[in-house]
Amino acid sequence: MNGVHDMGGMHGMGPIQNQVGEPVFHERWEARAFALTVAMAAWQKWTLDASRHQRELIPASEYLVLSYYEKWIAGLVELLVKNGLLTAAEVESRTPAPHSPRETPPLTAEKVLSTIAFGGPASRDLPMNARFQLGQRVRVRNLHPTGHTRLPRYSRGKLGTIDRDHGVFVFPDTNAHFLGEKPQHVYSVRFAARELWGDSAAARDGVYVDMWDDYLEPA
Amino acid sequence: MKADSHGLSQAQDHGHEPEAVPSDISLRVKALESLLVEKGLVDPAALDSLVDAYENKIGPRNGARVVARAWVDPAYKQRLLTDATAAIAELGYGGRGGEHMVVVENTPKLHNLVVCTLCSCYPWPVLGLPPVWYKSAPYRSRAVIDPRGVLREFGLEIGGDVEVRVWDSTAELRYLVLPERPVGSEQLSEEALVALVTRDAMIGVAKVTLPREESRT
Repeated sequence: MNGVHDMGGMHGMGPIQNQVGEPVFHERWEARAFALTVAMAAWQKWTLDASRHQRELIPASEYLVLSYYEKWIAGLVELLVKNGLLTAAEVESRTPAPHSPRETPPLTAEKVLSTIAFGGPASRDLPMNARFQLGQRVRVRNLHPTGHTRLPRYSRGKLGTIDRDHGVFVFPDTNAHFLGEKPQHVYSVRFAARELWGDSAAARDGVYVDMWDDYLEPA
Repeated sequence: MKADSHGLSQAQDHGHEPEAVPSDISLRVKALESLLVEKGLVDPAALDSLVDAYENKIGPRNGARVVARAWVDPAYKQRLLTDATAAIAELGYGGRGGEHMVVVENTPKLHNLVVCTLCSCYPWPVLGLPPVWYKSAPYRSRAVIDPRGVLREFGLEIGGDVEVRVWDSTAELRYLVLPERPVGSEQLSEEALVALVTRDAMIGVAKVTLPREESRT
């Protein structure tokens, strides 16, 4: 979706606020919001792509003013309700529905470190042919999907060069919507800064964007 | 209710500014946690363990060890630049948020900078969780269109003869910058080098420098 989250190249966002000696979490609730989001993902009711998309669905006027972990909590609550782990009434009343069964959490304290260490690889060991070769010139397709995509607007329609082939990965555009993993090659595509931004960019500079087969066509 | 122990008293234990009146978001998160705990959907001890992992175990010190090893061991550096995930795993780091790693090397003629314009992708196993500026609109919007201006804002002037490469983390690849080893650090031990490497240098918004006293000697 052409959302405000897709910020690459925008002006007017203000100066960078670099805080020296910044703590990992600024307040305790941020730490709990982070941990809740990670722990609830262990139910495997949604994919990482779906959780990213849920945060993109926050209305633009709110997205720009909510803090980072406020966005995480907003996304998490939506996912919990959409996927039946909580009802809207429970969220509203802050109490469990009468006679609701007591579940067993999938992520226990003992499993935390091994779960972090394993992670959730998005690569797939499948013998898929790569559509493009290293060094090949490609053009980014002029796509404007209304759902989730990892194709930044600033790259659409632009000419680039295949720099690396990272192998086969899950495709977020379908995976976020529970439409299957549609595994395909992901490449690092080099764009000359001037191809993206015109002559005011430095001639030798480049931007590298990771792109799936479905985002590209031969130039 | 178990969740009570994670409220304001703990915030004070951690040395954060106690809030006179708990903020709305703080109360909402606390209520959500209590609800999920009551329903048996989440284990509060697992939350404690997750917070402890990212506050105390997983952070930029891990990445600094990777960088220092690459500086002292050319064979390791070669493995790191060829298959970063495997080379980083040799030092015991990997997993969530860093399942697929790429390391890009700075040289006198090349400066690398990492961003995630679409959200906040960041190599967790080697850098921990990202600072606020990395995941905020000003950096995300400008790093790709004006990297030299962004670097200037961080106090770094990049010469016209140096190529700047920006890596936008749009897929599940996570990028770590291998900074240049500072001139004058030849005599330093690997452990001393680890102490020099900063988070910002591994994102690409800073260079690694020697502390003043050492650069004079």
